[in-house]
Amino acid sequence: MAFNYDEYLRTNKMPTLWCWGCGDGVILKAFVRAIDKLGINKDDLCVVSGIGCSGRFGSYIDANTVHTTHGRTIAFATGIKMANPDKTVVCVAGDGDALAIGGNHTIHGCRRNIDLTLILINNFIYGLTNSQTSPTTPQGFWTVSQKVGNIDPTFDGCKLAEAAGASFVAREKVSEPKKLEKVIREAIAHKGFSFVEALSNCHINMGRKNKMGTAMANLDWIDSITMPKKKWEALSDEEKANYLPTGILKQDKDALEYTEAYQMVKDAHQGKRGKITPDDFKKKD
Amino acid sequence: MSDTREVISSGNELAAMAAVDAGCMFFGGYPLTPSSEVMHKITDLLPAVGGAAMQMEDEIAGIAAAIGAGMSGVRSLTATSGPGMSLKAENLGLAQMAEVPLVVINVMRGGPSTGLPTRVAQGDINQAKNPSHGDYKSITLCAGNLAECYTEVVRAFNLADRFMQPVIVLLDETIGHMHAKAVIPTAEAVKAGIKPRKTFDGPAEEYRPYDVAQDEPAVLNPMFTGYRYNFTGLHHDADGFPTEEKETCRKLIDRLFRKVDEHKDEIELNEEYMLDDADILLIGYGSASLAIKEAINELRKDGIKAGMFRPITVWPSPEERLYELGKKFDKVLVVELNQGQYYEEIQRAMERHNIEKLTKTNGRPFSPADIIEKVKEVF
Repeated sequence: MAFNYDEYLRTNKMPTLWCWGCGDGVILKAFVRAIDKLGINKDDLCVVSGIGCSGRFGSYIDANTVHTTHGRTIAFATGIKMANPDKTVVCVAGDGDALAIGGNHTIHGCRRNIDLTLILINNFIYGLTNSQTSPTTPQGFWTVSQKVGNIDPTFDGCKLAEAAGASFVAREKVSEPKKLEKVIREAIAHKGFSFVEALSNCHINMGRKNKMGTAMANLDWIDSITMPKKKWEALSDEEKANYLPTGILKQDKDALEYTEAYQMVKDAHQGKRGKITPDDFKKKD
Repeated sequence: MSDTREVISSGNELAAMAAVDAGCMFFGGYPLTPSSEVMHKITDLLPAVGGAAMQMEDEIAGIAAAIGAGMSGVRSLTATSGPGMSLKAENLGLAQMAEVPLVVINVMRGGPSTGLPTRVAQGDINQAKNPSHGDYKSITLCAGNLAECYTEVVRAFNLADRFMQPVIVLLDETIGHMHAKAVIPTAEAVKAGIKPRKTFDGPAEEYRPYDVAQDEPAVLNPMFTGYRYNFTGLHHDADGFPTEEKETCRKLIDRLFRKVDEHKDEIELNEEYMLDDADILLIGYGSASLAIKEAINELRKDGIKAGMFRPITVWPSPEERLYELGKKFDKVLVVELNQGQYYEEIQRAMERHNIEKLTKTNGRPFSPADIIEKVKEVF
């Protein structure tokens, strides 16, 4: 029997505002399948999004959904999670959202290793607002704010997340919807901050001016700059720089999660344990 | 058993105690002089009662996390001073638009910009009226003494849940850092007076959180209770889903005003001090009112009959009472630690311009002598 997406979607609010062939719909469906497979009740799920095309992601899902201000997704989600540690809280943000205006919250969400999943939809452009440069726009690409070609160096969100302390980091692309579903599922199941970069097409507001004006041409380009992690690891350092590795790039199941760490604070204040000391954070053998 | 207790504490610490006694379960903030003691105190108090208090990565994250917790259904607080209010402004607008209850404490210091971090001012009174862009109606309370640092924070939590919007509580550096005896309600009395937000308990299919009477706030059930809906800062329909439909947009903003305007009697609170037989009306709020009271006591020894009107709810302003007082008193002097921000509101409410003002913006509080001298000079 075909999968029933409608059970998880606000179909009365559709069609979506996304363009025909937009990758965001593929990610939405992968997310819904992941939630279904994990057996998460819609009432126990909160989806928090920011501003941009990806900002509308949550509003189409029949769960507890929050559309926040630009870049602040993780900060809002942190308050929701701290007040409801047993619930599933998922953030959805764009490349501008999570890496430009909201970069600080991305860093500190990762650093705390709080049990949130961030799905960063990277379409390499500010799509909703007509093609301004984003932190992930490749150098030399046309954008409406750099019409002779973008000179700004390109940001690798996964490297940032790994360095900042996220305990789960993965990258997938919309041309591989089953793999995307799998990493989203594993990200949500992982206890700790899970960072999933979902590479998506914006053939309308990125592709058309950069010789990839159809969804397929845009997806082909994404395929040409990505490589499964195992294959990528065998490359020389010079060759590695030409590709973004896909798959699960990091998973640390032993890292202390923030709501669990905060339980130590509660216990200390309630006289159930002594003060927290550096020894509490020493790696156990 | 008495409903009150005597404590020795500071204004900032009393504000933190009040939040916890009023049922606050989440605090998100960032260090900012002269408000930091609110965070220092609440980071001890909240985990002890099972709540959470977080020092976030910046002011914006502090209020965002607090709003997030508020959206999920718990009472929530953030605290800061002027520079932090400027940074929090955008998210205050989201809380106004999405109708999320929240208490925001601003312990005022000298501005603009970094200003005078450790010195007093009342320069954020206009900012408190419209901290964020767009049309909405603020509710702002202003503590005028140590005990009110406690009672006004309690009142703010109940008003936030009644009107489903952020409520700002203004302290200032003088009151926030004042350390003395205060008589405040017992925690039990506060708990007995808690009025939680309204909720809908009918079938989920019939729940329309933003479909309410035109003078009432949204009815937002806590998250994770089987009533799924959407929060957004965009104009939105009865389910909280974004819309640009013109009649829905018109009604939404109209309602954000009317829910406050038509229930001002539930919000307004003033103090009138020795006004009955007075010839001279002094108007002030916050810590300035402490100097005004002392000046009135001294002036009366010289046979000068002055009295004071003090708004405790500063926004919406007590415009009807101000109008009446403007008719009754010829001699009116407004005393405030800024260049005359509330003075302009008083002129508007009284519908007259011949009002005197005493202002100060050098980071020092008023002394009663400043006020006595001014009264003798102008009247």
